[in-house]
Amino acid sequence: MSAAASAAGRTNRPVSVASFAQAHNVRRDDEHNEVEMLMPVVAEVFGAIGITKDDVDFICSGSSDYLIGGPFSFVTALDAVGVWPPKPESHVEMDGAWALYEAWVLLQEGEIDAALVYCFGRSSPGNLNEILALQLDPYYVAPLWPDPVSLAALQARALIDAGKATEEDFAAIASRSRRDALSNPNAQVANDTPAQTLLEDEYVVSPLRRHALPPITDGVAAIVLAAGDKARRWSKSPAWITGFDHRIETHSLGARDLTSSSSTAMAAQRAGLSDGPVDIAEIHAPFAHQEIILVEALGLDDTVAINPSGGALAANPIMSAGLIRIGEAASRISSGQARRAVAHATSGPCLQQNLVCVLEGE
Amino acid sequence: MPDSEALHASHRLEYPYSRSVGPVIGAFLTGLRDGRLLGVKGSNGSVIVPPTEYDPTTGDDTGDMVDVGPGGVVESWAWVSHPLPKHPLTTPFAWALVRLDGADTALLHAVDSGGPDELATGDRVTVRFRPAAERIGAMADIEAFVPEGGAA
Repeated sequence: MSAAASAAGRTNRPVSVASFAQAHNVRRDDEHNEVEMLMPVVAEVFGAIGITKDDVDFICSGSSDYLIGGPFSFVTALDAVGVWPPKPESHVEMDGAWALYEAWVLLQEGEIDAALVYCFGRSSPGNLNEILALQLDPYYVAPLWPDPVSLAALQARALIDAGKATEEDFAAIASRSRRDALSNPNAQVANDTPAQTLLEDEYVVSPLRRHALPPITDGVAAIVLAAGDKARRWSKSPAWITGFDHRIETHSLGARDLTSSSSTAMAAQRAGLSDGPVDIAEIHAPFAHQEIILVEALGLDDTVAINPSGGALAANPIMSAGLIRIGEAASRISSGQARRAVAHATSGPCLQQNLVCVLEGE
Repeated sequence: MPDSEALHASHRLEYPYSRSVGPVIGAFLTGLRDGRLLGVKGSNGSVIVPPTEYDPTTGDDTGDMVDVGPGGVVESWAWVSHPLPKHPLTTPFAWALVRLDGADTALLHAVDSGGPDELATGDRVTVRFRPAAERIGAMADIEAFVPEGGAA
């Protein structure tokens, strides 16, 4: 384990992303419920490394009851894995990236050697504009029902006013992301459209035009984490998590500097991101302008390939898009395309909460 | 099985809780009912609007309530050409972060400015309350902000 231990950097116990799977992201999956969407992905994430549920010691999921419109939907979702014999199990009402963090903490404590993390969310049955307003301050903000596009547009305007970006920059990011997504078989929106053409889009909420918004996506994803002998046995080229942290900013939108991301910068610092160069960054930036804020907060220069998967502008399955960033980064390490990578996940309005995961190969 | 034979069950999901808003948020909302805008003193002397029981930067307890506004400055804004059903206005409007006079943080609300060309960051706006008889001690007691001295 010496190589892994030296690669472990800021973490005490080396933990690897042993397997990753995701559904093909689509605008609307009417034919499957959440369990039926998860079943093939759970089968794939186990099958790819030749294991079963019996080989993991812990299961953690990420989802939101507000999407399905019923309480405790994560309990029924466990049917996708099988409930007998029972396994220690937990859930977070957050993106699967935070479920992964919980499993990673348990692995750090040394009580377990492997964990399954999965997440799911269907945006299509409900009205995301209204559902996402319910996550806001219940006294001062939610009663006004600001939708996520409007809040993101306030942030984009602040970025333009601060001289940090232009509408042309937003279009360039959207153009590049969806062109990169052409090589991602799971992407929902993939095309080769020049930024100049995108700038002819109408405003949805000014200053954000259609192309600067994420697609609305139904999707699920899963990861198997492994430590110790299992990490070695299940992967010839493990992607080790060498740093992991998440931070949150105040819920008072008007008390934040929306043009920067102090929580991302702090998480990156604590995860040891700047200890060495990274080859790629998988950044969870649902709106095009947010990539600019996050690249600055992560301190990435132009040698880093940003979102080779296409990122959240190519598919934004709510509750899964953050975990998918970690899976995409790990896949590129395991395949040898990258030696060191950073993955990021976000939650809340205008990048309120941010998670940074640093991964390394050997 | 034809649709007519399918089993149906109605499902009404609700959380019938009542919440106390406490001494700081409660004071702000009561102020709105009375046509006043209140902030709270933060730990470093700054004035936080809308007020919270703790300083969002330091986490320390906040202090006395102070009057702010009724005018303020637009810190950022976003133009909504097609208001959604639950939005505060039914005609095109701007969401804006408004830093009220005397405050160090900004309040989110709607600005009724007429059109996107009649609004810019840095513009001065002032509050437009609902008529006193309609106010209930909630954010909707503010109908919108309007350009200071403007016709909208």
